[in-house]
Amino acid sequence: MSGMLKKMSKNTKNSLITYGIVIAAYIVMQILISTGSISSLLEGLMVPLCYYIILAVSLNLVVGILGELSLGHAGFMCVGAFSSAFFSKCMRDVITVDIVRFLLALIIGIVVAAIFGILIGIPVLRLKGDYLAIVTLAFGEIIKNLVNVLYIGKDSNGFHFSTKDVLALDMEPDGTVIVNGPQGITGTPKDATFLIGFILILITLFIVLNLINSRDGRAIMSIRDNRIAAESIGINITKYKLMAFTISAALAGAAGVLYAHNLSTLTATTNNFGYNQSIMILVFVVLGGIGNIRGSVIAAVILTLLPELLRGLDDYRMLIYAVVLIFMMLFNWAPKAIEWRERYLRFGKKKKEAVQ
Amino acid sequence: MALLDVKNLGISFGGLRAVNAFDISIEKEELYGLIGPNGAGKTTVFNLLTGVYKPDSGKVLLDGKDITGKKTIEISKAGIARTFQNIRLFKKLSVLDNVKTGLHNKHHYSTVEGILRLPGYRRVEKEMDEKAMELLKVFDLEKSAHIDAANLPYGQQRRLEIARALATEPKLLLLDEPAAGMNPNETGELMEMIRFVREEFHMTILLIEHDMKLVSGICERLTVLNFGEMLAQGRTSDVLNDPQVITAYLGE
Repeated sequence: MSGMLKKMSKNTKNSLITYGIVIAAYIVMQILISTGSISSLLEGLMVPLCYYIILAVSLNLVVGILGELSLGHAGFMCVGAFSSAFFSKCMRDVITVDIVRFLLALIIGIVVAAIFGILIGIPVLRLKGDYLAIVTLAFGEIIKNLVNVLYIGKDSNGFHFSTKDVLALDMEPDGTVIVNGPQGITGTPKDATFLIGFILILITLFIVLNLINSRDGRAIMSIRDNRIAAESIGINITKYKLMAFTISAALAGAAGVLYAHNLSTLTATTNNFGYNQSIMILVFVVLGGIGNIRGSVIAAVILTLLPELLRGLDDYRMLIYAVVLIFMMLFNWAPKAIEWRERYLRFGKKKKEAVQ
Repeated sequence: MALLDVKNLGISFGGLRAVNAFDISIEKEELYGLIGPNGAGKTTVFNLLTGVYKPDSGKVLLDGKDITGKKTIEISKAGIARTFQNIRLFKKLSVLDNVKTGLHNKHHYSTVEGILRLPGYRRVEKEMDEKAMELLKVFDLEKSAHIDAANLPYGQQRRLEIARALATEPKLLLLDEPAAGMNPNETGELMEMIRFVREEFHMTILLIEHDMKLVSGICERLTVLNFGEMLAQGRTSDVLNDPQVITAYLGE
């Protein structure tokens, strides 16, 4: 066993530690839930926790690994949520096995979000830095607002679309409204569970970590570190930028599917798919450490659970939350803190060498 | 036939003729120097040859193939690699990964193979590791393989940049002031290394340099640029004794 560990590269070890933390955390939570030691409110946070982790990890692929600031991540989540919820609602009576229907919805959510990723990525990735951030922000808002004026109904003649109101759908009396503008989609089956969310986290981590430690990942990071040099050694900048952006969008779509199937009513508001949400995800990424996948997971967990855990403090809740944000920021970015951590880590390494 | 054949190359930026009527012909395995005062257009020539700028006149032939005005990626694939005056490494990647990124277009596996860690991934990654370590050994960097490129000392960063350029298996290597910022000792080692690269990899090298000791020591032929125009061209000793070159660049 130790021989195997020695042979593995630093990257492989790091990835295994990340998987280990996630699996251990899941087992602990499952034990707590089955023994009834946590509140039902907290238990209800388990699925949101899963999609926030997926969102943070996938955004880190664009912000930390590709090195471009994207502020429209919630838009891709929105696309995944609505396309999959639309499918699930239509198929609710056709496919009665929950898990099959959810898997199909998941695939649809991912594929549609990926297509939006490509379509938006092609124009947006020609920009750099602040300009790219602003345009992604705008696209995120456009997606949210488009969904808000979308009316889709279904009757014996098939599907009807409108961007005006329900009457404009012009349906037969037997028709049902599926997407009802600002009222969104109601009656989505609640198929998402903590277990499904946990598996999706593992798949997300598997895809992102393996991508980073591969030929394509090196190409993506080389663009981040020095675009001109990357071009000079024959890296196709457009291709790899688009690859990172699309994979990130697809994973955000998966998070959206989880979101949509955790609620019976799906609406697009500023809080769930607007730029507030995009900034929230960015906060997870920045506080966890840009480019640090494990950090994103940990930051997403702490910052999602914290408001709930601090509920007892009533008025002081947001105050403590802000203080925690500041301390996490300091721990991750302050030069002294980094120095302290490095000394601590190096000490740990030395001890290991001495044992060998 | 010459490996690199450039005829009448030129480019203007606004009203400024940065490079005008530039001709050069470099034979296989030749060590060729490009010198001249600051602002003469030397780096612009490199940028024209590697597709960073599109020339508005002239023709560039590499090994008989027309590469005039092609994109940087295509020129890299055609076989020109370069280093930069201000070092451009992938700072947050390890030294080994810097070289492996250089191997990108020579060793392939698909994205799916990479994500699912299929046998193709393992085989090709092993090949790349071996190839990259070989190159690092040539440049005496193998001990630093796993540290971040940003943490290398200056001289080693310059060497790593050359190693990364060679990883693309070029026909022609362009070095932009490789000795800039080095002390005489390091410059001496660099000269040995450039000679060694030429012998070992049968490489053709075109270099820009201000260090006359290095230039006269290793270059077989020279071209002198001044204000975008060619001032002199020929065997190193002849060019360095040319009165015009002495007035414009070297000084009495």
